[in-house]
Amino acid sequence: MSWSDLNSTLPELALAVTALILLILEVVKEPPRAQFAWTALGGIALALVLEFALPIEGQFYNGMIALDHFSRFLNVIFMITAAGAVLIAVPYLRKSLEERGEYYALLLFATIGMMFMAKAHDLTILFLGLELLSIPLYILVGFYRHRVRSNEASLKYLLLGAFSTGFFLFGIALLYGSTGATHYDAIRQAIVSDGQLSPAMTLAGFGLLLVGFAFKVALVPFHMYAPDVYEGAPTAITAFLSTGPKVAGFAAFLKVIITSFAVTTQHWWGIVWVLAALTMTVGNVTAIRQDNLKRMLAFSSVAHAGYLAVAVLVGTYDSAFGMMFYLAVYAVTTLGAFGVVALIEGEEETSLEIDGYRGLARRSPFLAAIFTLAMVSLAGFPPTAGFLGKYFVFSAAVDTGNTWNIWLVVIAILNSLISVYYYLRPVVAMYMQEPADETPLPMSRVAVPVFLVLVLIVLGFGIFPMMLVKSGVAAAGSLF
Amino acid sequence: MDWLAQHLLTLIIFLPTVGAGVILLLREAQRGLIRRVALGTSLVTFVLSYFIFKGFEAGDAFQYVEQVPWIPNFGISYQVGIDGISLLLVMLTTFITPITILSAFNAVRQRVKGFMVALLVMETAMLGVFAALDIFLFYIFWEAMLIPMYFIIGVWGGENRLYASIKFVLFTMLGSLLMLVAIFALYSQGNAQLEYYTTSYLELTTLKLSPMTQTWMFLAFALSFAIKVPLFPFHTWLPDAHVEAPTPGSVILAAILLKMGGYGFLRYCLPLFPEAAVRFTPLIVVLAVVGIIYGALMAMVQPDMKKLVAYSSVSHLGFVVLGIFALSLQSVSGGIIQMVNHGLSTGALFLLVGMIYERTHTRQIADYGGLAGLMPRYAAVFLIVTLASIGLPGLNGFVGEFLIIVGSFNTQPVAAIVAVVGVILSAIYLLWLVHRVFFGQPAVALSGIGETGKGPKLPDLTSREWAVMLPVLGMVIILGVYPQPFLKRIEPSVTTLVNTYWQATAPAGIDQADVEIIDENKGNK
Repeated sequence: MSWSDLNSTLPELALAVTALILLILEVVKEPPRAQFAWTALGGIALALVLEFALPIEGQFYNGMIALDHFSRFLNVIFMITAAGAVLIAVPYLRKSLEERGEYYALLLFATIGMMFMAKAHDLTILFLGLELLSIPLYILVGFYRHRVRSNEASLKYLLLGAFSTGFFLFGIALLYGSTGATHYDAIRQAIVSDGQLSPAMTLAGFGLLLVGFAFKVALVPFHMYAPDVYEGAPTAITAFLSTGPKVAGFAAFLKVIITSFAVTTQHWWGIVWVLAALTMTVGNVTAIRQDNLKRMLAFSSVAHAGYLAVAVLVGTYDSAFGMMFYLAVYAVTTLGAFGVVALIEGEEETSLEIDGYRGLARRSPFLAAIFTLAMVSLAGFPPTAGFLGKYFVFSAAVDTGNTWNIWLVVIAILNSLISVYYYLRPVVAMYMQEPADETPLPMSRVAVPVFLVLVLIVLGFGIFPMMLVKSGVAAAGSLF
Repeated sequence: MDWLAQHLLTLIIFLPTVGAGVILLLREAQRGLIRRVALGTSLVTFVLSYFIFKGFEAGDAFQYVEQVPWIPNFGISYQVGIDGISLLLVMLTTFITPITILSAFNAVRQRVKGFMVALLVMETAMLGVFAALDIFLFYIFWEAMLIPMYFIIGVWGGENRLYASIKFVLFTMLGSLLMLVAIFALYSQGNAQLEYYTTSYLELTTLKLSPMTQTWMFLAFALSFAIKVPLFPFHTWLPDAHVEAPTPGSVILAAILLKMGGYGFLRYCLPLFPEAAVRFTPLIVVLAVVGIIYGALMAMVQPDMKKLVAYSSVSHLGFVVLGIFALSLQSVSGGIIQMVNHGLSTGALFLLVGMIYERTHTRQIADYGGLAGLMPRYAAVFLIVTLASIGLPGLNGFVGEFLIIVGSFNTQPVAAIVAVVGVILSAIYLLWLVHRVFFGQPAVALSGIGETGKGPKLPDLTSREWAVMLPVLGMVIILGVYPQPFLKRIEPSVTTLVNTYWQATAPAGIDQADVEIIDENKGNK
């Protein structure tokens, strides 16, 4: 190990040190503990600065970690997501008097895990990142110890997550057995040069890996845990859960497929095609029936996983770029939407039903406008960035000229039509129905930056997207 | 000044949004100021668009073209420009919007700020649709109209507004999303043939597409436009949306939004997929004619005035589609003029229905009678607008219908004959409406003293209502008596469109009749 190796992981180290400081502060500080959030934000800011101070290209730790435009693009998304989750958590935790240092520390550990998933160029590092992400999340989902649903969600997530981790690890083992490598490039070389022991074993290994990824990003039929976990978890955590880990899962999925398994496409594209079509259809159709906003947004995030799976399936430069753009927009939008839900939620999980949003436009015009913007972007209306994300992903799929891909896009498009219906339901409640009581809703100012970033990205990048397009193109370029 | 001339079109498109931004900064309580800003913005927009109309030189090339790279990696640019066809619709939009805003002074009294913002954003999107020369930009504007209209119906609408607004959005989205897939495919074809990505309309029209590709793409585009027109049997969203929308919403919907479909057929379906258009012409003509008759028959039996006018729209827009797909110089010109006419006269009918509704809070025809005695001026205006809508010579409706029917006789004789029946039917249902509402014994509930205890219950047109109606009446007469300035500007574009269409389709089985039509068109020039 050399200094340059260490340098390559400085942002993660900064976050880790911050997390440890937070754990110590938790023991020595008396409440109220507003400083925790600011300490965590300071750590994230430091990591962000270090991320940009690093040499940009290259492989470190014997090639196990790769630093490029791809990892940087995603790390910025992760850090924005983490910062947003911290800001949303401040008023949310205060409401239920659960403001504790572990919360922020665990959040930072999970963020480190995501960053390693994006930087990984070796299946073992990927696995480490995945575990570093998952274990804090199991705890965070059950953070409200006194709530039965939070506990249930945590246990469910832990058990199913452990299963999927088992699949994932077994897949890595099989791949190592057949190709003699865990390094992404080495695996590809082994497959290309036919130096593998058994092609069947390679495919079996890849299949198990696929299951692991499908679980992490909640593709149907591996999505069963998602609605319950999203609903049971504290809303501030749901905001994080439905964005960061999903982005990390998809990023790693895309990178592994493009760098290692692109040559075996003909063996698995049918499976991914079916997964994508099923995921978007089941996600959208089920979301229509949901009256609880957390569940509705959970199914919506399942549906978006289906759209993103299209990008993985297509696997071209353009589709990889489309996915980068989509992920950035999706993360910020979903985080903001859950942020609004978290702020409006009353003590003891009230006001989570769509009916509870009646007349919100009068009680809190700002939150109603932000939530509407998020819904409109998730539904993919122009001129929001959500539309551009869909445009880039789907046009890349059609551009392959493959009939199956075109049909998949038609399915996706019809699905977005379904999604319009349920995304507009809260908008109807907020603007077109009368409130039960007219009292203005008190709002914490802390979370406002999250919403401003949302406006900036959704509308700003919806109309002037070039900045995001350029970095997305560079990020996708690193994969090829 | 040069700079202004070069960016005039962009200025017109985005000025309403700037006005909306200013209104957003005001407080809801500053209602008078909000209204004045909205009206002022739309009037300035109209004045600017008049300079475009004046400066427009007759010719088939696009004018006032502006191009700025937008997402160059994918060949997407901000490109706008207008030809004769879009010029007229741009003018219609900038003309109707101030009138709509003025009518909203009376019709909308709750949440004025939000309403004006939605209306002005709508204007930007509508102008953008007509001016866009980049198919990506076109789609952005096309979809951007949906959300403000959704709010206009859903927030300020009638009792059943939630159902009507979501139905409107879902119907329109269904079409436009499939069109989006076709746009992807077109973009991909462009990349394959030109070897670079582009979404520029002018470059995409040069592509040679295989018949199979054309068929699919045509169907996807045509579905979207057919829903918007609306062509029978895709019209079911329209009566609901019209009845539930507030008066200004109905006016915008009828006068401008419904023109998007016809414009889309002309601008995209015909030039991009001429061979497929030939193949589907019989089907679309049949649907148009069915729409003419069906809409008229439905209008005849409606007990609700607004619904009657809504169904008359279905009928009148059938004429427009017939004119477009009859594909002769006269019929297409007539179709375009008829789009403008319909915008004026049906818009005016909705305004008039709205005015009487504000006084009596009922739209049921059975509740009225003898109104001519109580509100003579209102009755006179209503009659003029009705006659214009029927197509009385000397008023605007005649010009359009005449051109459409004359033009269609060459290419679609059977359809033209059936369409004439539609004209007669429209005279029946509209005059019958006038008869039931304005003549006969005054209904008891209508006469007497108003709620305030002062003055009659049904005051005649107020000065503000005159201000709303007079410009429309003026245009109705100008277009009816002297349509030449308008026809002159659209003719070159239409000639090019019709000729390229017949030429593009000629090798695929030309017969003598087609050649004669081409010659005839040249002769008419």
